[in-house]
Amino acid sequence: MDVKILGSGCCNCNTLEQNAKEALAELEISAEVAHVTDFREIMKYGVMRTPALVVDGQVKVAGRVPTKAELVKLLGEGK
Amino acid sequence: MWLAFVKWLSFSVLGLSPGTRFGEAVAFFLYDAPKVLFLLATVVFIVAVIRSFFPPERTKRILAGGNEYAGNVLAALLGIVTPFCSCSAVPLFIGFLESGVPLGVTFSFLISSPMVNEVALVLLWGLFGWKVALLYVAAGVSVAIVAGIIIGRLHLERWVEDYVWEIQVGNADMPNPTWAERLACARGYVKEILRKVWLYVVIGIGVGAFIHGYAPENLLARVAGKANPLAVPVAVLIGVPLYSNAAGTIPIVKALMEKGMAMGTALSFMMAVTALSLPEAIILRKVLKPKLLTLFFGIGAVTITAIGYLFNWLLG
Repeated sequence: MDVKILGSGCCNCNTLEQNAKEALAELEISAEVAHVTDFREIMKYGVMRTPALVVDGQVKVAGRVPTKAELVKLLGEGK
Repeated sequence: MWLAFVKWLSFSVLGLSPGTRFGEAVAFFLYDAPKVLFLLATVVFIVAVIRSFFPPERTKRILAGGNEYAGNVLAALLGIVTPFCSCSAVPLFIGFLESGVPLGVTFSFLISSPMVNEVALVLLWGLFGWKVALLYVAAGVSVAIVAGIIIGRLHLERWVEDYVWEIQVGNADMPNPTWAERLACARGYVKEILRKVWLYVVIGIGVGAFIHGYAPENLLARVAGKANPLAVPVAVLIGVPLYSNAAGTIPIVKALMEKGMAMGTALSFMMAVTALSLPEAIILRKVLKPKLLTLFFGIGAVTITAIGYLFNWLLG
């Protein structure tokens, strides 16, 4: 599974990264969480609101920080 | 009713004396703080639900077609309902330009979005009444339209960082949320906003209460009243570098107005604090060349000053 966090490194993005890591640990999925901060890269996903969560190339969440429970559900689907 | 309850609480239960500085300050605080927090939770929830129908991906499609001037007006209005936080300024800016939204229209949006929002509206409504709240919306939207038109007419596309024009924006296919998701998201948003601003509100109202109780009447009438023609530009110059949200600024402004600051001056100060700030400049520098960034702040400051004069004159 390929998990990416899109965001310029503001505090919301860091929270999302942290939550995603915790959710993955809970699901016992070993996936690298990449943090994309370059706007050229971010825009390729068509995202206009940060932070965003991309799973296997698909934008799952944009513009908000989902709760850990929601992330567990989201990331669990692709398992 | 609420006022009567607070008076009873402060003067009978807490045993403070009405008319004393401390007593008045405490009553002011107890009256405003819970009222504003309650209003905030209610209105933020409603706005968050409305917002879920206007994601920026949709806003940009609306703005990409059509007449440029109508675009400025529409962008300024959509800025009220589209979510925006300063960390999203860059992706929004690039996304708008790439999909063909004109530069001036994009700026109208960038100015209106942080300035005219539900938090500012609630605080103005709660602390000053609905007339002032509407006045602020009208003023904010006008500033966004005028500044956007000026920037658009100047054709400054070459002052946008070159790489912005080369970016290819992908297509994010986000499914439309269900009602359950909209409501859940709105609840989460209320929690987030309250967590973020409650301290500002409390501190702001606290400082406001202190000024209310301790600063002499008419302290500011001479320096910040209508009689001083320099009050508006000075208020704007002080407000621009400051970075605070509406939540922290408005309660303080309320107290300043009680002590004699003119309405237009106060509105200008609030707009300068919320719309233009140093952190925003640093973020926007990633997409704007220094000349355009300076010009954007200059035009913003001048327009906000003009609006301040206009209101001082209209309400004088």
